Amino acid sequence: MVKRVVSGAHYGTRDWLMQRVTALIMAVFTLCMLGYWLWQPRLDYAAWRAWFQYFPVRLLGLLFVLSLLLHAWVGMRDIFMDYVHPTGLRLALHVLVIMLLVTYAAWAVQILWGVV
Amino acid sequence: MRFSIYRYNPECDSKPYMQDYELDIDPASMMLLDAILLIKEQDETLSVRRSCREGVCGSDGMNINGRNGLACVTPLSNLKQPITLRPLTGLPVIRDLIVDMSQFFEHYRSVQPYLINHDPEPEIERLQSPADRAKLDGLYECILCGCCTTACPSFWWNPNKFVGPAGLLQAYRFIADSRDQAVNERLDNLEDPYRLFRCHSIMNCVDVCPKELNPTQAIGKIKTLLVKRTV
Repeated sequence: MVKRVVSGAHYGTRDWLMQRVTALIMAVFTLCMLGYWLWQPRLDYAAWRAWFQYFPVRLLGLLFVLSLLLHAWVGMRDIFMDYVHPTGLRLALHVLVIMLLVTYAAWAVQILWGVV
Repeated sequence: MRFSIYRYNPECDSKPYMQDYELDIDPASMMLLDAILLIKEQDETLSVRRSCREGVCGSDGMNINGRNGLACVTPLSNLKQPITLRPLTGLPVIRDLIVDMSQFFEHYRSVQPYLINHDPEPEIERLQSPADRAKLDGLYECILCGCCTTACPSFWWNPNKFVGPAGLLQAYRFIADSRDQAVNERLDNLEDPYRLFRCHSIMNCVDVCPKELNPTQAIGKIKTLLVKRTV
Protein backbone atom coordinates (compact mmCIF):
# COMPACT_ATOMS: atom_id res chain seq x y z
CA MET A 1 0.00 0.00 0.00
CA VAL A 2 1.27 3.46 -0.86
CA LYS A 3 0.92 6.17 1.75
CA ARG A 4 0.30 9.67 0.44
CA VAL A 5 3.12 12.03 1.36
CA VAL A 6 3.83 15.65 0.62
CA SER A 7 6.99 16.30 -1.38
CA GLY A 8 8.18 18.88 -3.88
CA ALA A 9 10.06 21.51 -1.91
CA HIS A 10 11.60 22.89 -5.15
CA TYR A 11 15.10 23.42 -3.86
CA GLY A 12 18.24 21.36 -3.54
CA THR A 13 20.26 22.33 -6.61
CA ARG A 14 22.13 25.13 -4.83
CA ASP A 15 22.99 22.91 -1.86
CA TRP A 16 24.16 20.13 -4.15
CA LEU A 17 26.29 22.59 -6.11
CA MET A 18 27.60 24.21 -2.94
CA GLN A 19 28.73 20.83 -1.62
CA ARG A 20 30.77 20.27 -4.80
CA VAL A 21 32.22 23.79 -5.02
CA THR A 22 33.25 23.84 -1.36
CA ALA A 23 34.87 20.41 -1.78
CA LEU A 24 36.88 21.81 -4.68
CA ILE A 25 37.94 24.89 -2.69
CA MET A 26 39.05 22.69 0.21
CA ALA A 27 40.96 20.32 -2.09
CA VAL A 28 42.81 23.19 -3.82
CA PHE A 29 43.60 24.90 -0.51
CA THR A 30 44.86 21.64 1.04
CA LEU A 31 47.11 20.92 -1.94
CA CYS A 32 48.53 24.48 -1.97
CA MET A 33 49.11 24.31 1.78
CA LEU A 34 50.84 20.92 1.51
CA GLY A 35 52.94 22.15 -1.42
CA TYR A 36 53.98 25.28 0.46
CA TRP A 37 54.99 23.42 3.62
CA LEU A 38 56.87 20.70 1.73
CA TRP A 39 58.74 23.41 -0.16
CA GLN A 40 59.57 25.30 3.06
CA PRO A 41 62.99 24.34 4.46
CA ARG A 42 62.01 25.00 8.08
CA LEU A 43 58.88 23.50 9.59
CA ASP A 44 58.42 24.84 13.10
CA TYR A 45 55.99 26.88 15.15
CA ALA A 46 57.81 30.17 14.49
CA ALA A 47 57.60 29.70 10.69
CA TRP A 48 53.95 28.67 10.96
CA ARG A 49 53.15 31.72 13.08
CA ALA A 50 55.08 34.04 10.76
CA TRP A 51 53.19 32.67 7.79
CA PHE A 52 49.83 33.40 9.36
CA GLN A 53 50.90 37.01 9.93
CA TYR A 54 50.15 37.59 6.24
CA PHE A 55 46.60 38.86 5.84
CA PRO A 56 45.92 36.91 2.59
CA VAL A 57 46.92 33.65 4.30
CA ARG A 58 44.53 34.31 7.16
CA LEU A 59 41.82 35.22 4.67
CA LEU A 60 42.39 32.02 2.70
CA GLY A 61 42.37 30.09 5.98
CA LEU A 62 39.02 31.60 6.82
CA LEU A 63 37.74 30.80 3.33
CA PHE A 64 38.76 27.19 3.91
CA VAL A 65 36.98 27.05 7.25
CA LEU A 66 33.82 28.59 5.78
CA SER A 67 33.91 26.07 2.91
CA LEU A 68 34.31 23.28 5.45
CA LEU A 69 31.34 24.52 7.48
CA LEU A 70 29.06 24.92 4.44
CA HIS A 71 30.14 21.48 3.22
CA ALA A 72 29.45 20.03 6.65
CA TRP A 73 26.01 21.66 6.71
CA VAL A 74 24.93 20.00 3.44
CA GLY A 75 26.43 16.68 4.53
CA MET A 76 24.88 16.71 8.00
CA ARG A 77 21.49 17.69 6.59
CA ASP A 78 21.77 14.79 4.13
CA ILE A 79 22.48 12.38 6.98
CA PHE A 80 19.47 13.65 8.95
CA MET A 81 17.20 13.45 5.90
CA ASP A 82 18.34 9.88 5.27
CA TYR A 83 18.17 8.50 8.79
CA VAL A 84 16.09 10.75 11.08
CA HIS A 85 12.47 10.52 10.07
CA PRO A 86 10.41 12.25 12.81
CA THR A 87 10.11 15.80 11.42
CA GLY A 88 10.32 17.53 14.83
CA LEU A 89 13.51 15.72 15.77
CA ARG A 90 15.02 16.42 12.34
CA LEU A 91 14.24 20.12 12.64
CA ALA A 92 15.78 20.21 16.12
CA LEU A 93 18.93 18.54 14.83
CA HIS A 94 19.10 20.99 11.90
CA VAL A 95 18.90 23.94 14.32
CA LEU A 96 21.51 22.36 16.60
CA VAL A 97 23.95 21.82 13.72
CA ILE A 98 23.45 25.36 12.38
CA MET A 99 24.15 26.82 15.83
CA LEU A 100 27.24 24.64 16.20
CA LEU A 101 28.57 25.59 12.77
CA VAL A 102 28.03 29.32 13.39
CA THR A 103 29.87 28.94 16.70
CA TYR A 104 32.73 27.20 14.89
CA ALA A 105 32.88 30.04 12.35
CA ALA A 106 33.21 32.63 15.13
CA TRP A 107 35.77 30.46 16.89
CA ALA A 108 37.81 30.09 13.68
CA VAL A 109 37.92 33.89 13.26
CA GLN A 110 39.09 34.21 16.85
CA ILE A 111 41.84 31.62 16.31
CA LEU A 112 43.05 33.01 12.97
CA TRP A 113 43.10 36.64 14.11
CA GLY A 114 44.40 35.65 17.53
CA VAL A 115 47.75 34.82 15.94
CA VAL A 116 48.47 38.49 15.24
CA MET B 1 22.45 -28.19 -6.33
CA ARG B 2 21.48 -26.61 -3.05
CA PHE B 3 19.07 -23.71 -2.69
CA SER B 4 17.93 -21.66 0.29
CA ILE B 5 14.75 -19.75 -0.47
CA TYR B 6 12.88 -17.08 1.50
CA ARG B 7 9.39 -18.26 2.36
CA TYR B 8 6.60 -16.15 3.77
CA ASN B 9 2.88 -16.59 3.47
CA PRO B 10 1.24 -13.86 5.56
CA GLU B 11 -1.98 -15.92 5.73
CA CYS B 12 -0.38 -18.69 7.81
CA ASP B 13 3.22 -17.74 8.76
CA SER B 14 3.84 -15.47 11.72
CA LYS B 15 7.26 -14.56 10.31
CA PRO B 16 9.42 -15.31 7.26
CA TYR B 17 11.83 -18.26 7.21
CA MET B 18 14.40 -19.77 4.84
CA GLN B 19 13.62 -23.16 3.28
CA ASP B 20 16.26 -25.46 1.78
CA TYR B 21 15.77 -27.30 -1.50
CA GLU B 22 17.96 -29.73 -3.45
CA LEU B 23 17.95 -30.34 -7.18
CA ASP B 24 19.87 -33.05 -9.04
CA ILE B 25 20.61 -31.10 -12.22
CA ASP B 26 23.51 -30.12 -14.44
CA PRO B 27 23.83 -26.32 -14.13
CA ALA B 28 25.51 -25.95 -17.53
CA SER B 29 23.41 -23.88 -19.98
CA MET B 30 20.61 -23.46 -17.42
CA MET B 31 19.30 -20.21 -16.05
CA LEU B 32 18.28 -19.71 -12.44
CA LEU B 33 14.62 -19.40 -13.42
CA ASP B 34 14.70 -22.93 -14.93
CA ALA B 35 15.86 -24.25 -11.55
CA ILE B 36 13.19 -22.26 -9.69
CA LEU B 37 10.51 -23.76 -11.93
CA LEU B 38 11.89 -27.26 -11.22
CA ILE B 39 11.73 -26.48 -7.49
CA LYS B 40 8.17 -25.31 -8.00
CA GLU B 41 7.37 -28.76 -9.44
CA GLN B 42 8.63 -30.25 -6.12
CA ASP B 43 6.80 -27.70 -4.00
CA GLU B 44 3.97 -25.93 -5.73
CA THR B 45 3.38 -23.59 -2.77
CA LEU B 46 6.53 -21.63 -3.72
CA SER B 47 5.36 -18.34 -5.24
CA VAL B 48 7.32 -16.40 -7.84
CA ARG B 49 6.48 -13.97 -10.64
CA ARG B 50 7.74 -14.75 -14.14
CA SER B 51 6.53 -14.32 -17.65
CA CYS B 52 8.78 -13.96 -20.70
CA ARG B 53 11.73 -15.95 -19.23
CA GLU B 54 14.20 -13.97 -21.38
CA GLY B 55 14.89 -10.70 -19.57
CA VAL B 56 12.27 -8.59 -21.34
CA CYS B 57 9.24 -8.47 -19.06
CA GLY B 58 11.10 -7.70 -15.82
CA SER B 59 8.84 -9.87 -13.64
CA ASP B 60 11.35 -12.14 -11.93
CA GLY B 61 13.57 -9.56 -10.21
CA MET B 62 14.84 -11.02 -6.93
CA ASN B 63 17.77 -10.94 -4.57
CA ILE B 64 20.16 -13.69 -5.70
CA ASN B 65 23.01 -14.46 -3.29
CA GLY B 66 22.69 -10.93 -1.91
CA ARG B 67 22.51 -9.16 -5.27
CA ASN B 68 19.43 -8.05 -7.16
CA GLY B 69 18.96 -9.52 -10.62
CA LEU B 70 16.60 -11.26 -13.01
CA ALA B 71 16.44 -15.03 -12.42
CA CYS B 72 15.77 -15.69 -16.12
CA VAL B 73 19.05 -14.17 -17.33
CA THR B 74 21.27 -15.32 -14.45
CA PRO B 75 23.31 -18.40 -15.48
CA LEU B 76 23.08 -21.10 -12.82
CA SER B 77 26.70 -22.16 -13.23
CA ASN B 78 28.03 -18.76 -12.03
CA LEU B 79 26.27 -18.95 -8.66
CA LYS B 80 27.84 -20.04 -5.39
CA GLN B 81 25.95 -22.71 -3.47
CA PRO B 82 23.73 -22.77 -1.55
CA ILE B 83 22.00 -20.31 -3.87
CA THR B 84 20.14 -17.93 -1.56
CA LEU B 85 17.01 -16.35 -3.01
CA ARG B 86 15.16 -13.53 -1.31
CA PRO B 87 12.52 -11.05 -2.50
CA LEU B 88 13.67 -7.63 -3.73
CA THR B 89 14.81 -5.55 -0.76
CA GLY B 90 12.84 -2.62 0.59
CA LEU B 91 9.37 -3.43 -0.75
CA PRO B 92 6.57 -5.15 1.20
CA VAL B 93 6.42 -8.93 0.61
CA ILE B 94 3.12 -10.25 -0.69
CA ARG B 95 4.23 -13.87 -0.59
CA ASP B 96 7.60 -15.69 -0.88
CA LEU B 97 9.54 -13.99 -3.71
CA ILE B 98 6.67 -11.72 -4.75
CA VAL B 99 6.81 -8.09 -3.60
CA ASP B 100 4.26 -5.29 -3.75
CA MET B 101 5.56 -2.94 -6.48
CA SER B 102 2.88 -0.24 -5.90
CA GLN B 103 5.33 2.26 -4.39
CA PHE B 104 7.78 1.69 -7.26
CA PHE B 105 5.13 2.34 -9.93
CA GLU B 106 3.74 5.28 -7.97
CA HIS B 107 7.14 6.97 -8.38
CA TYR B 108 7.28 5.94 -12.03
CA ARG B 109 3.86 7.52 -12.59
CA SER B 110 4.95 10.69 -10.78
CA VAL B 111 7.57 11.54 -13.43
CA GLN B 112 4.92 11.54 -16.20
CA PRO B 113 6.57 8.85 -18.31
CA TYR B 114 5.01 9.85 -21.61
CA LEU B 115 5.67 12.39 -24.34
CA ILE B 116 4.19 15.83 -23.65
CA ASN B 117 3.82 17.79 -26.86
CA HIS B 118 1.32 20.62 -27.29
CA ASP B 119 1.57 20.89 -31.08
CA PRO B 120 -1.35 19.60 -33.19
CA GLU B 121 -0.96 15.91 -33.83
CA PRO B 122 0.78 15.39 -37.18
CA GLU B 123 -0.50 13.12 -39.95
CA ILE B 124 2.58 10.94 -39.60
CA GLU B 125 4.82 10.14 -36.65
CA ARG B 126 6.66 12.97 -34.90
CA LEU B 127 10.00 12.77 -36.66
CA GLN B 128 13.38 12.84 -35.00
CA SER B 129 16.87 13.11 -36.46
CA PRO B 130 19.04 10.01 -36.01
CA ALA B 131 21.28 12.07 -33.70
CA ASP B 132 18.33 13.05 -31.48
CA ARG B 133 17.08 9.48 -31.48
CA ALA B 134 20.53 8.29 -30.38
CA LYS B 135 20.17 10.41 -27.22
CA LEU B 136 17.53 7.96 -26.01
CA ASP B 137 19.87 4.97 -26.21
CA GLY B 138 20.67 3.65 -22.78
CA LEU B 139 17.44 5.16 -21.43
CA TYR B 140 14.51 3.61 -23.29
CA GLU B 141 15.68 0.02 -22.70
CA CYS B 142 14.59 0.02 -19.04
CA ILE B 143 12.09 -2.80 -18.37
CA LEU B 144 11.07 -1.54 -14.90
CA CYS B 145 12.08 -4.73 -13.11
CA GLY B 146 12.86 -2.72 -9.98
CA CYS B 147 16.28 -4.31 -9.36
CA CYS B 148 18.05 -0.91 -9.24
CA THR B 149 15.57 1.00 -7.09
CA THR B 150 15.36 -1.80 -4.51
CA ALA B 151 19.19 -1.97 -4.38
CA CYS B 152 19.39 1.74 -3.50
CA PRO B 153 19.87 2.62 0.21
CA SER B 154 18.35 6.07 -0.41
CA PHE B 155 15.17 4.28 -1.52
CA TRP B 156 15.29 2.02 1.56
CA TRP B 157 15.50 5.04 3.89
CA ASN B 158 12.93 7.22 2.08
CA PRO B 159 10.83 4.87 -0.09
CA ASN B 160 7.85 7.21 -0.15
CA LYS B 161 9.80 10.34 -1.13
CA PHE B 162 12.84 9.40 -3.23
CA VAL B 163 11.83 8.65 -6.83
CA GLY B 164 14.59 6.06 -7.16
CA PRO B 165 16.98 5.25 -10.00
CA ALA B 166 14.39 3.58 -12.27
CA GLY B 167 11.96 6.49 -12.02
CA LEU B 168 14.72 9.06 -12.51
CA LEU B 169 16.15 7.21 -15.51
CA GLN B 170 12.69 7.33 -17.09
CA ALA B 171 12.31 11.00 -16.13
CA TYR B 172 15.52 11.73 -18.00
CA ARG B 173 14.40 9.57 -20.94
CA PHE B 174 11.64 12.13 -21.58
CA ILE B 175 13.78 15.16 -20.70
CA ALA B 176 16.25 13.98 -23.35
CA ASP B 177 13.56 13.45 -25.98
CA SER B 178 13.71 16.15 -28.68
CA ARG B 179 9.95 15.79 -29.25
CA ASP B 180 9.04 16.58 -25.65
CA GLN B 181 7.98 20.15 -24.78
CA ALA B 182 7.78 19.95 -21.01
CA VAL B 183 11.43 19.95 -19.96
CA ASN B 184 10.99 22.81 -17.49
CA GLU B 185 7.89 21.31 -15.90
CA ARG B 186 9.73 18.00 -15.61
CA LEU B 187 12.70 19.70 -13.93
CA ASP B 188 10.31 21.55 -11.58
CA ASN B 189 8.76 18.21 -10.71
CA LEU B 190 12.14 16.69 -9.84
CA GLU B 191 13.91 19.61 -8.15
CA ASP B 192 13.47 18.51 -4.58
CA PRO B 193 15.83 17.48 -1.78
CA TYR B 194 13.95 14.17 -1.48
CA ARG B 195 12.65 13.32 -4.95
CA LEU B 196 16.00 13.77 -6.72
CA PHE B 197 18.75 14.85 -4.34
CA ARG B 198 18.57 11.77 -2.08
CA CYS B 199 20.79 10.23 -4.78
CA HIS B 200 24.34 10.28 -3.44
CA SER B 201 25.77 8.61 -6.57
CA ILE B 202 26.84 5.36 -4.91
CA MET B 203 25.99 3.51 -8.15
CA ASN B 204 24.36 0.39 -6.69
CA CYS B 205 21.82 0.86 -9.48
CA VAL B 206 24.48 0.66 -12.18
CA ASP B 207 26.00 -2.36 -10.47
CA VAL B 208 22.83 -4.46 -10.50
CA CYS B 209 20.94 -3.34 -13.64
CA PRO B 210 20.27 -6.51 -15.67
CA LYS B 211 20.04 -4.40 -18.84
CA GLU B 212 23.39 -2.74 -18.09
CA LEU B 213 21.92 0.75 -18.02
CA ASN B 214 23.37 3.69 -16.09
CA PRO B 215 20.76 5.50 -13.95
CA THR B 216 23.51 7.39 -12.06
CA GLN B 217 24.63 9.02 -15.29
CA ALA B 218 21.04 9.98 -16.16
CA ILE B 219 20.59 11.46 -12.68
CA GLY B 220 23.85 13.38 -13.15
CA LYS B 221 22.50 14.83 -16.40
CA ILE B 222 19.29 15.93 -14.66
CA LYS B 223 21.41 17.65 -11.99
CA THR B 224 23.51 19.33 -14.69
CA LEU B 225 20.36 20.70 -16.35
CA LEU B 226 19.14 21.99 -12.98
CA VAL B 227 22.48 23.71 -12.41
CA LYS B 228 22.33 25.21 -15.92
CA ARG B 229 18.98 26.83 -15.28
CA THR B 230 19.88 27.92 -11.74
CA VAL B 231 23.35 29.41 -12.13
